[in-house]
Amino acid sequence: MADLRVNLLGKTLNGPVIGASGTYGYGVEYADMVDLTKLGGVCSKGLTLNGKPGNEGERLWETPSGLINSIGLQNPGVQHFIQHELPEMQTMGTAIFANLGGGCIEDYEEGTRLLNDTPVDFIELNISCPNVKHGGIAYGVKAESAKEVVSRVKAVCKKPLIVKLSPNAESIPEMAAACVEAGADALSLVNTFQAMAIDLERRQPVFKNVYAGLSGPAIRPIALRMVHQVCKTVKVPVIGLGGIATGRDALEFIMAGATAVQVGTANFADPKACNRITQEMAEWMDKNSVKTLEEIRGCCL
Amino acid sequence: MRALNCDCKVLENIRLNESICLLKAQWTDKDHCPKAGQFYMLRCWKQDEAPLLSRPISVHEWDAETQTISFLYEVRGEGTHKIAALKTGELLNLTGPAGNGWPVEQLLGKKVALVGGGIGTAPLYQLAKELAAKGEKPSYFAGFRDEPYRMEAFAPFCQTTALATDSGRFGHHGLVTELFDPKDFDVICCCGPTPMMKAVTKLALEAGTEVLVSLENKMACGIGACLGCTCHTKNNGAISVCKQGPVLKGEDVYG
Ligand SMILES: Cc1cc2nc3c(=O)[nH]c(=O)nc-3n(C[C@H](O)[C@H](O)[C@H](O)COP(=O)(O)OP(=O)(O)OC[C@H]3O[C@@H](n4cnc5c(N)ncnc54)[C@H](O)[C@@H]3O)c2cc1C
Ligand SMILES: Cc1cc2nc3c(=O)[nH]c(=O)nc-3n(C[C@H](O)[C@H](O)[C@H](O)COP(=O)(O)O)c2cc1C
Ligand code: FES
Repeated sequence: MADLRVNLLGKTLNGPVIGASGTYGYGVEYADMVDLTKLGGVCSKGLTLNGKPGNEGERLWETPSGLINSIGLQNPGVQHFIQHELPEMQTMGTAIFANLGGGCIEDYEEGTRLLNDTPVDFIELNISCPNVKHGGIAYGVKAESAKEVVSRVKAVCKKPLIVKLSPNAESIPEMAAACVEAGADALSLVNTFQAMAIDLERRQPVFKNVYAGLSGPAIRPIALRMVHQVCKTVKVPVIGLGGIATGRDALEFIMAGATAVQVGTANFADPKACNRITQEMAEWMDKNSVKTLEEIRGCCL
Repeated sequence: MRALNCDCKVLENIRLNESICLLKAQWTDKDHCPKAGQFYMLRCWKQDEAPLLSRPISVHEWDAETQTISFLYEVRGEGTHKIAALKTGELLNLTGPAGNGWPVEQLLGKKVALVGGGIGTAPLYQLAKELAAKGEKPSYFAGFRDEPYRMEAFAPFCQTTALATDSGRFGHHGLVTELFDPKDFDVICCCGPTPMMKAVTKLALEAGTEVLVSLENKMACGIGACLGCTCHTKNNGAISVCKQGPVLKGEDVYG
């Protein structure tokens, strides 16, 4: 039986599949459907220092093999998370990734300070939410501004720091290099692609914000290319995501160099997706006499 | 109680008219039984097949003795077309029971009106049954565009039933709101198209009658994990319709 455990920045993850931010609640919502202890971890919803009610109007729109969302970082704020949601996450028996979303640099710093003294295992810095004006997308597009926010956060951060990249960055390799230079311990990518839908009958954009974020299988080949580019560019661990829905999809990202993967939208089509994908990875590995992910990781670089 | 995810056997899937179907499925988990007003996410196509998202459908009827759930649904688009094509013996994937359901205990001892519009009548039936089982018979007022369905099914559990149609071919020619005076009731439980729920809420509040509405927001996860179904309420902030709803106070939603 293949060993699917993963070492991420010195911590052993129970598996290579992590629930992606914004699609996995705070983990416990899935507790009666999924064996959470088999997951590599769960990423919290994107947290902001003071919390947000999220966007008005349409929030979900299906496209061929994809989903466009405009949630707008609805969250209860870092303090509330620490007091209420985090204790629940601690019951999961898997690693906790606190996804910290934007505002101004000072908010990122303050949020990081608050999370420093909690049982959170990793901080995943979201500089890539396309759905709020100050959700960090500005930092996620230009390497220079990313560098600034990452180095300021790194200076106060006591947890392993993962920076989540936006596929909307001007140049993915430059962005990745800039974040690592600024102190990112690891990178995760991709967040959603900026997209749009129009309601013909109303002759209006579907979303109040006009643009929103595309996820799901539709983005997978592009996400894979970006993960490959980043793995070629940087030496730090990379967590790959974007449209993963099967074990084979996940293994593609591993062969492109990813240390672990996250699964988001696929959980909506199959709430057991994270367990199923892990199982499918193990089956492929057993069939092909691959004992650890190490043996195939980055074989396509 | 958290949702489960199970493949359930279809016992029957019949067409009541051109666009309305009634599906019965076997729910085997005795520890997670659905309540009136709760719903499930339905899927009978592969995870990599369209539509991407599963479809939320209310519990129309729950028979604890035979452990069967009935869904009354309108065939609208791709998802409900696929559900309508299911045959007896085939499997239907269900995630649930989800949502809060109607607060049946709080309705006891009160004069209750059930007000439904079209397929919005679906979640009211199990409520009527549960109230009747506790010795309380609600009044039922239904509005349909044209041909009504399931009126006769409500009758044994209700004090009165009344019907309005847009076409005038059945029952009162006009709106469901013309069938009753909200002053005659303590609570109105309402489900239907948004304009109807808004109108009923307005009338009820003017009459000083409490009103509960069951919302049908778009949903991705159905279990409170994606925040796609949020309703910005007047008094309780941003709430997840799939978890803290779908049954909410009318004034909180439309007030
Ligand atoms: C909690 C809840 C309970 C529900 N209970 C029932 C029920 O008991 N019976 C039933 O027939 N339907 C119910 N619905 C609505 C049902 O989920 C939608 O009709 C269904 O998702 C449509 O899917 P489709 O693929 O067939 O159509 P689509 O191709 O997705 O859409 C076809 C048309 O239906 C409209 N539509 C899509 N989703 C919704 C929605 N959520 N509400 C209103 N209109 C929609 C679209 O705008 C479009 O015009 C419920 C919805 C929710 C959220
Ligand atoms: C409904 C929804 C909400 C999301 N919210 C967040 C968020 O709060 N923070 C974040 O970093 N990413 C968020 N994402 C992005 C996902 O974590 C992931 O990066 C993206 O969806 C691509 O992966 P997928 O195709 O597997 O879903 C969200 C995605 C969806 C669909
Ligand atoms: S549908 Fe996902 S939170 Fe309600």
